[in-house]
Amino acid sequence: MKKISKIYMLLLLLFFYLPIFVLIVFSFNTTKSRSVFEGFTFDWYVKLFHNELILTSFRNTIIISLLASVLSTILGTAAAIGIRNMKKFPKALALNVNNIPIINPEIVTGVSLMLLFVFFAARMSFSFGFGTLLIAHITFDVPYVVLNVMPKFRQMNPNIYEAAQDLGCNSVQAFFKVVLPEIMPGIVSGFLMSFTFSLDDFVISYFTSGATSQTLPITIYSMTRRKVSPEINALSTIIFAVVVAVLLLKNIIDKKGEKEMTI
Amino acid sequence: MKKKLISAPYIVWMAVFIVVPLAMVAYFAFTDGDGHFTLDYIANVAQYTNIFVRSIWLAAIATVICLVIAYPAAFILATMDKKHQSTMIMIVMLPMWMNFLLRTYAWMTLLGNNGIINRALGLIGLGPYKLLNTQGAVVLGMVYNYLPYMILPLYSVIVKIDKMLLEAAQDLGANSRKVMFKVVFPLSLPGVMSGITMVFVPAISTFIISRMLGGGSNLLIGDLIEMQFLGNSYNPNLGAGISLVLMVIVLLIMTIMNQFDSDDEDRVLI
Amino acid sequence: MKKILYFLVLTSLVFSMSGCHLQHINEDEDEEEQTLTVENPEFYNRFQGKGISINVYNWGEYISDGSDGLLDVNAEFTKLTGIQVNYTTYATNEELYAKLKGGGASYDIIIPSEYMISRMIKEDMLQKLDFNNIPNFKYIMDKFKDKDYDRGNRYSVPYTWGTVGIIYDNTAIDVPEDEIDWDILWDEKYADSILMFDNPRDAFAIAETLLGYSMNTENPKEIKAAAEKLKEQKPLVQSYVMDEIFDKMGAGEAVLAPYYAGDAVTLMDEYDHISFAVPKSRTNLFFDSLCIPKSAQNKEAAELYINFMCEPDVAYATTSYIGYSTPNEAAFEMLDDEIKENGISYLDDEYLKNHTTVFVNMSDDANRLMQDLWTEMKSAQDNEKNKWVVPIFMLSCVLLSILILIRRAMKKKKDIF
Repeated sequence: MKKISKIYMLLLLLFFYLPIFVLIVFSFNTTKSRSVFEGFTFDWYVKLFHNELILTSFRNTIIISLLASVLSTILGTAAAIGIRNMKKFPKALALNVNNIPIINPEIVTGVSLMLLFVFFAARMSFSFGFGTLLIAHITFDVPYVVLNVMPKFRQMNPNIYEAAQDLGCNSVQAFFKVVLPEIMPGIVSGFLMSFTFSLDDFVISYFTSGATSQTLPITIYSMTRRKVSPEINALSTIIFAVVVAVLLLKNIIDKKGEKEMTI
Repeated sequence: MKKKLISAPYIVWMAVFIVVPLAMVAYFAFTDGDGHFTLDYIANVAQYTNIFVRSIWLAAIATVICLVIAYPAAFILATMDKKHQSTMIMIVMLPMWMNFLLRTYAWMTLLGNNGIINRALGLIGLGPYKLLNTQGAVVLGMVYNYLPYMILPLYSVIVKIDKMLLEAAQDLGANSRKVMFKVVFPLSLPGVMSGITMVFVPAISTFIISRMLGGGSNLLIGDLIEMQFLGNSYNPNLGAGISLVLMVIVLLIMTIMNQFDSDDEDRVLI
Repeated sequence: MKKILYFLVLTSLVFSMSGCHLQHINEDEDEEEQTLTVENPEFYNRFQGKGISINVYNWGEYISDGSDGLLDVNAEFTKLTGIQVNYTTYATNEELYAKLKGGGASYDIIIPSEYMISRMIKEDMLQKLDFNNIPNFKYIMDKFKDKDYDRGNRYSVPYTWGTVGIIYDNTAIDVPEDEIDWDILWDEKYADSILMFDNPRDAFAIAETLLGYSMNTENPKEIKAAAEKLKEQKPLVQSYVMDEIFDKMGAGEAVLAPYYAGDAVTLMDEYDHISFAVPKSRTNLFFDSLCIPKSAQNKEAAELYINFMCEPDVAYATTSYIGYSTPNEAAFEMLDDEIKENGISYLDDEYLKNHTTVFVNMSDDANRLMQDLWTEMKSAQDNEKNKWVVPIFMLSCVLLSILILIRRAMKKKKDIF
């Protein structure tokens, strides 16, 4: 039984990793062939670092993801606090609307935001670009923050806030000294979740981006629709390496920290 | 009182950027270019029934395959030695962090007529087979991209099942198969349901996977919508109509799925 | 958690910095680097240091990007004028139209083909050009001025032109080049090895030519017949693509593809197994021109860009890199005779006169019909079998949910007792 499950997991991992490793191997190929390995080279990496388009879109992606996730964390945490104190019906309504971007197919969210932006772009003379992208990203990020923060309130002892006030804190102090540390894990995981979603989003960005501020996924998409150069493999390798490094780092930090890991 | 106000910014935000856009989709779907009410576009969606049928069909196949592959994996993960569990999960989830366009692109290069798979098969005297640009390739792409979304909710439900329950069932004379089907599976149903929705919804609305692996001749609903807004047949009203129908389908599926576990209080949504 | 952030910021910094350092290292290849000489550099100075940028929306693979020892056109433009270029690409005229019409994005330069230009003029989507800012218009050959799609050249300046032909793999196709015509794309021998245009206008034109209709027919019957013809071809088509043909033909994934002559030149330079056939019956002659859409924010800067594109050196780099034919007299003079006489880029006048048709913009109804039929053709099912499978699937879904509901209701009843 044990052996079977080991073999099963091995096959599963093979399925997951084989395509990625093939991509990585061919990023070192001297020719453009994607099935015959003809020699080892770093040329494609050098080329990649020359590629102004990829570098700017990488910068754009980082900026937009960071801004969007920070803003949505603030907006979402505030929203969670307020929603928690609502009466039953408005609360249910707010939570259900909050769930719409999560449940709805991404393409519908993208299209609906695009229609809205087009409507206002015509009347308020702005054009698609950084602003529309940021708004779109915040819109699909906040629901995840709210959903991560809300359960932490439920787990929190409702009396500690009042206890803090009884012990002489004003409400602001009580919030920052007592409540905030309690819900912090939810805020952090909400932030990380929205950051990764922003980093990786293609569909919604595709519909809401304009002539400027192209993000990396959009650039990758237009690369796959043209003459494909192994630069794209080099880019995959770098992204993969960064992801592995970040996760390893996270694991090490988590191991060092006394708390158990929550996913 | 003050505490309620703190959520006001987001309530306004939701109204402007979630509710109003959806209302605009509905408005576009029911009006023509001049803003007059019409049912033509919604009626015209019927013309594309076969695309809807194909999307649902392919997404359903992908979902079932995901479930079949993911269930044992989640079970193995959940019953693993606690020491290695988190590391193993990280390893399983890691590909999900790669950009999904790149992951799909990887399969494109693998499946081609001169791709690695066909070359490997050629070495043992088989093929070449037509792998790319088929419905099978589209399903494969869906399974590959969305499998982690199935494993994760299943794992988080199974890991919470009390081991005592399993032992109790065994003590009461159930064999391991019975334990599996009478105890573990019913208890993991909420995970199954959220896994199904998390795979089915993105699978039914994708347009990248079908474009990259389906060769542009296996259109899905997503492709159809994209074509009407930014593609070769510009018609936002029809596109809005199709989006609306897609939303209704998803809504229907969600309600069906909710039937299974609505008496369970802490449903795992994510 | 903070460390992760630091790490990310750090990597991004490294990325951007290394980008800056590496930018000016030339890839010293054996070829000689092309250098730019501009007749009147002062002309381009007016926006220097003003921090202006323009948004250029061009076809994919349609500009010289600095490889092959040719000019990096956008970078040179920025160097000369101080105007930043935000460069993005599209794959078809229809995509461009959709993005402009419903996208809300503002572009300063677009490069549509002739039929799209007349459509855009008709729908008031383009701005009139100020030719005082485009003195290099003088380099454009007279035969490319004052065409039907834009009488008097008020809106457009020709960028490239070319014809459509059949790109094929000469190791897989043993038909002599001069016998290849459109019907080969319907030959079952090459099933699953044929690529097809992923845009309605080019695809319909082929079917209409084959059926003996005009490429500009507005007769609904003829358009429908062409759609049927395309449907007939569908089982043989490996995939519907645009610029993906570079990859698929180059890697030997497919053996036949109708595409633009310029791209065939590019492909043939790179691969020995690629050949190009000019259809002997009739083909499409196209003109792609630089235009400024209504949404442009910096019209004057955009006009400078158009003028820059007409500089002989720049036009030479463009035509050499992308392989499309140039309407620019001075650039044409600079080309090797080998290219002028390769029988692909610059066809003889007799063929151009008797065997080519230029697209004209069709009526809205015909456009709409063609688009609908195109979607229908692409969505057509390969086999009829699936048609009843899915309704049954849906029915079973509904039945299942009803079953569950009943079971739950019964369970609840049991619990009461």
